[in-house]
Amino acid sequence: MSESDETTTGLPALKVNGVSHSYGQRKALDDVSFHVPQGSFTALLGPNGAGKSTLFSLITRLFDVRHGSIEILGHDLSRDPGEALRRLGVVFQARTLDLDLSIRQNLAYHAALHGLSGSAARRRIDEILAGNALHDRLGDKARNLSGGQLRSIEIVRAFIHRPRLILLDEPTVGLDIRSRAAILAEVRRLVNEEGVSALWATHLIDEIDETDRVVVLHHGKVLAEGNVPEIVAAEGVGSISDAFTQLTGLEARKVQAEMVA
Amino acid sequence: MSQATLEKRDQTTAERRGFPLSAYLICARGIIGREGLRFLHQRERFVSALVRPLLWLFIFAAGFRQVLGVSIIAPYQTYVLYEVYITPGLMGMILLFNGMQSSLSMVYDRETGTMKTLLVSPLPRWFLLVSKLSAGVAVGVLQVYVFLAIAWFWEVQPDWQGYLYVLPAIILAGLMLGALGMLLSSLIQQLENFAGVMNFVIFPMYFASSALYPLWRIRESSPLLFEICRFNPFTHAVELMRFALYGQLNLEALAIVAGCTIVFLGGAILAYDPSRGIISRKRQ
Repeated sequence: MSESDETTTGLPALKVNGVSHSYGQRKALDDVSFHVPQGSFTALLGPNGAGKSTLFSLITRLFDVRHGSIEILGHDLSRDPGEALRRLGVVFQARTLDLDLSIRQNLAYHAALHGLSGSAARRRIDEILAGNALHDRLGDKARNLSGGQLRSIEIVRAFIHRPRLILLDEPTVGLDIRSRAAILAEVRRLVNEEGVSALWATHLIDEIDETDRVVVLHHGKVLAEGNVPEIVAAEGVGSISDAFTQLTGLEARKVQAEMVA
Repeated sequence: MSQATLEKRDQTTAERRGFPLSAYLICARGIIGREGLRFLHQRERFVSALVRPLLWLFIFAAGFRQVLGVSIIAPYQTYVLYEVYITPGLMGMILLFNGMQSSLSMVYDRETGTMKTLLVSPLPRWFLLVSKLSAGVAVGVLQVYVFLAIAWFWEVQPDWQGYLYVLPAIILAGLMLGALGMLLSSLIQQLENFAGVMNFVIFPMYFASSALYPLWRIRESSPLLFEICRFNPFTHAVELMRFALYGQLNLEALAIVAGCTIVFLGGAILAYDPSRGIISRKRQ
């Protein structure tokens, strides 16, 4: 299947079908199914321990899918991992830049891992960072950047190879409110400009926009899936925050306050 | 992004199914380049990797020259100085420490998360690991030749052709020891556990081998230790390099080192494969 076929046939960017995963006797994911439509910004909402990071490890093939299946634009991750992973960009929860290398070297390394030549990578970096102050700091070592700047670079890195689906695993964890807002705005801008789909894992209700799609994950199970108004209407409440509370039994604002603290 | 731009991008990438050879080359160059840069940033690693064998050559070998005389054994045509005998063993020491250093680097990468960026590359995982291994071997080869250059001034002077003949042997020995390090890295959960590798892998492998004394001498003192040394793949890596340095091929050593490389590398690839490996099962 060519990429143009993938675009026109309306395949979901990501399809998670009946996925379960256990650590020994402890079940981290239990028959999880949902999809991310092409061009959508989907929030994977759940408190810590919901199974978000395990799910991301499965989608990125760090763990093997033993029960169920995962498809990225129609490419089964187990049967056709190369084609699936080439369409994927990832921002992991923990920092994954090499602090001893410069920003440019880090980005070039990632580009090379996706088969992009040095000149193609340079053009792409210039394209993504056009007008961004970080462009002037490409020669700096990663360890000299702030947490927010490092996160911005990791986001740029995830877009370098022109993926069709971006996964972001709680990318604003550990950042102050201003940096969080800046990162979220930057991702939304890139997602729109690049025409990609995004799956944004978070436990922070205020990161969800009215136009987003939401998948609520709790104790390894999907409790709700749909657009914000659909979920709010289905729960018969006034906001996504109330819907989260009703679905999980957790105070959304309390969860958020605890996590931020 | 406009629909026209999307369509243009789709047209240009529609044929991009599978990976051309150039993508593999770029990826391998990227991985090797990163290791090279890390190496350049850790100059003390280069110096310490050289100081260790040089101390053995300058001090240990000089001190034991009179005690540990070496009779005429293959591949040597005459009696040789102990410094000459010990040199292939010290080349092996460099490669052994380098292999374990690469293993340490992989554990570090896993702890800091940079390993994830490698493993989510769309290129086959075996290729990524072989590239990573090759990067470590390239650094090891460079260290060995710098050591040989210094040793030349210490009366370790094989024919110039020997320096060429020994290159494939150094590469193969480096691959074997690097693959062993990679396999070990898959078994180590935390950086702190790495000290065990020093005690249980590096020292036993080095001392229970032909690196410091010929096997016939070991057999005279302990037949059991002799058998252990013969069983030790490091012995064969040292002998492969020893013979190659003097223009000879030790077929037995070649077969054992090649076989061990395949086994260790196969084990490492399996360990890092998410469908069969032990990496994912250990994560909690």
